[in-house]
Amino acid sequence: MIRSILLHSFVIAALVALEPVLSEYHHGNLARIMVLAVYATGYNLLFGYTGLLSLGHAMFFAAGMYGCALMIRLAEWSVGPAFVVGVICALIAGIVVGFLALRTIGVGFMIVTLMFAEAAYLTILYYNEYTRGDEGFTIAQSVRTIGGLDLSDTTTRYFAALTLFSICLIASAAVVQSKAGRVLVAIRENEDRVRMLGFDPFRYKLLALVLSAVMAGAAGAAYAVLFGYAGASFAAVQYSIFPLLWVLLGGPGTTLGPLLGTVLMFYLVDYASGTIMPGLAGMVETQFGIEAPGLASAYLLLVGVALVLLVLFAPRGLLGTVRARMIPWLP
Amino acid sequence: MATDDTTRGTDRRTLLKGAAAIGAVAAGAQLLPGAARYAQAQSSAPIKIGFQVHRTGIGAAYGRWYDRTTKAAAKLINDGGGINGRPVEIIAEDDGTDPKRGAEVIEKFATKHECDVAFGTLFSHVVIGSAPRAGELKLPYFVVSEGHHVASGMLNRYTLQPGITDVKSQVQSMAPWVADNLGKKVTMIYPDFAFGHDHRDYFSEAIERQGGNVIAKIAIPPRETSFFKYLPKIPKDTEVLYHVMVGPGVLTFVKEMGEYFGDKRPEIFGFIDSLEAVDIASPGLEFLEGSHFWEGYPRYAGENQSAHDKFYREAVGVDENGASLSDPKDVSTFAHMFGCWETLHILKAGMEAADYKGPKDRQALIEAVENMDVFPESRAHPQGSKLFNGRTHQAFGHQHISRVEGGKLVPVHKTSIFDTVYEDETDYTKMSF
Repeated sequence: MIRSILLHSFVIAALVALEPVLSEYHHGNLARIMVLAVYATGYNLLFGYTGLLSLGHAMFFAAGMYGCALMIRLAEWSVGPAFVVGVICALIAGIVVGFLALRTIGVGFMIVTLMFAEAAYLTILYYNEYTRGDEGFTIAQSVRTIGGLDLSDTTTRYFAALTLFSICLIASAAVVQSKAGRVLVAIRENEDRVRMLGFDPFRYKLLALVLSAVMAGAAGAAYAVLFGYAGASFAAVQYSIFPLLWVLLGGPGTTLGPLLGTVLMFYLVDYASGTIMPGLAGMVETQFGIEAPGLASAYLLLVGVALVLLVLFAPRGLLGTVRARMIPWLP
Repeated sequence: MATDDTTRGTDRRTLLKGAAAIGAVAAGAQLLPGAARYAQAQSSAPIKIGFQVHRTGIGAAYGRWYDRTTKAAAKLINDGGGINGRPVEIIAEDDGTDPKRGAEVIEKFATKHECDVAFGTLFSHVVIGSAPRAGELKLPYFVVSEGHHVASGMLNRYTLQPGITDVKSQVQSMAPWVADNLGKKVTMIYPDFAFGHDHRDYFSEAIERQGGNVIAKIAIPPRETSFFKYLPKIPKDTEVLYHVMVGPGVLTFVKEMGEYFGDKRPEIFGFIDSLEAVDIASPGLEFLEGSHFWEGYPRYAGENQSAHDKFYREAVGVDENGASLSDPKDVSTFAHMFGCWETLHILKAGMEAADYKGPKDRQALIEAVENMDVFPESRAHPQGSKLFNGRTHQAFGHQHISRVEGGKLVPVHKTSIFDTVYEDETDYTKMSF
């Protein structure tokens, strides 16, 4: 327990210490990554610890994002109360979807969550008059303040993202090391045995799903107020797949895996799309006189290959593998 | 129509005077050898233009041609001596046709590549998602999106759209010709999201001003793959069917319309957005023969091709049919991509007017562009002359209507610029930097 507290404290302290030394580019990236890591941390509670693979988590992210952004846009609420509304929207969505989707298991759960998310996405498009549908809308810089702090300021944004991430990381660590957390892991390993021991798996799975939805919603609301945009693309299916990839890469069932996976995936996409593949395309053009735009856009193939290699050689994700081979106490 | 305020100082006479003056300046500039002007520059460091491009995602076909057009325009500018004697360097990054990635790319331009300005892109959601970051980073962001988001006042002082017209002006300028030539009872079929809703709202208003009306509005849900169930909703007395379907379902939509109507169909009017990068003579599109399309810039060169159009096509590598010179099956996004070419030339003019030397002159650059009002037809503006409204950061220009004849688009009408102008909805010049 003490080692776990020290490790998480060290990670948070390291993120604080990085703030003044990071270049402007990495500073902005890390603020965004921490917001997305909140989303992944929530996803990890459901997938990594409870073993429930949701393909519809974008609906919770979008519930938080729109719950918050619409209150600012239509009701002219300030950021603080609007953020709370966003989180409450995700909470309600989590309860409703949980009650219905948790009646299914395995592939059924994946399909039901996917269908709910698709319905949520289409609902956002349908109410275009309010949501501006696929185009989305901006949130003016002038209203993105909290307690007199300008959230569009780079330092404020960084610490706002860090605060949210720290809260979610600590909450996640506390949950998984509690009695309820152990039951979640037990459900992942053998749900029938958990039931036989007298626990109600439905209750615990609902708890995991609701906590996961709340964190996803908090991330969505934070994205809207920190980066000034809300749009339906965040409710589309790829935004349900992203947290799955981040968690798989970092290590499902490890508290720090979501952060690591989000960081690595962000920079893999960034470096592959901006440097490696365009560089290759440029070399082909220069050396052989052949225009190769397809090569420049093939970075997703590179990302795909990296994920395949990961599944083949480190199926537990990076931190999962570290825990299995080197540090068994890694939370 | 335009208000006095909107068209202040930009009547037809001014337009012609501006054309003559800018033509003379351009001709003079072309006489100077590029190397001589590089030598006169205080710094030979390149001007870095961050190019946000749809290399992947739903906008990839547009991105491919935006990329080619941008490279061609940059080459022309560099061959002519660059900007203020400095070469232009295009730094392209894929936005994935995704607003989150678009915003990240804008940050990368400003903080990693240290670009002087950002430039691109087509899809509205990417522009809207990126613009707040451009404003916060105080990075001038020149977009080629045709969305109404710039002129609506939704964005910020750092975001401008001087090289392409917006959907509101395009749609409203179609109504007079449609009412006079095709009919006044219109049924609209459109995708049930923001792009379709813009068409629905702007065209409904415009056709009513022409004494017509939209008798049915049929919204098609996203992801729809078959359209048969919607076609019976088209009223029998429809004179004009207005369609703006986009995405992979377009070919099915056209095919099913053909099967539903047979030989007895109303007049059909659509936006070429549906069929950009698609050969009109493709199997399955035969039903479109005799129908009409809006085009931002006619894909087929035609008999009255201007010298500027000829020059532009050769520079970009596009033949008289709007396809790649190296592969006739590689059809361009001709109605939109000219916006990249024209925007880069406006950037050059703006930077030269502001005597741009580096990021500290970004505000001066924006003010210089805001002070522009006329872009005369020229090599820099092959699509045609344009008016620019510095208050709304939006350009207004001619629109074209073409008829499908023998599997080709034949231009039949060119609107006046003044048909496209509408009242200001914002004034960015009153916004602080």
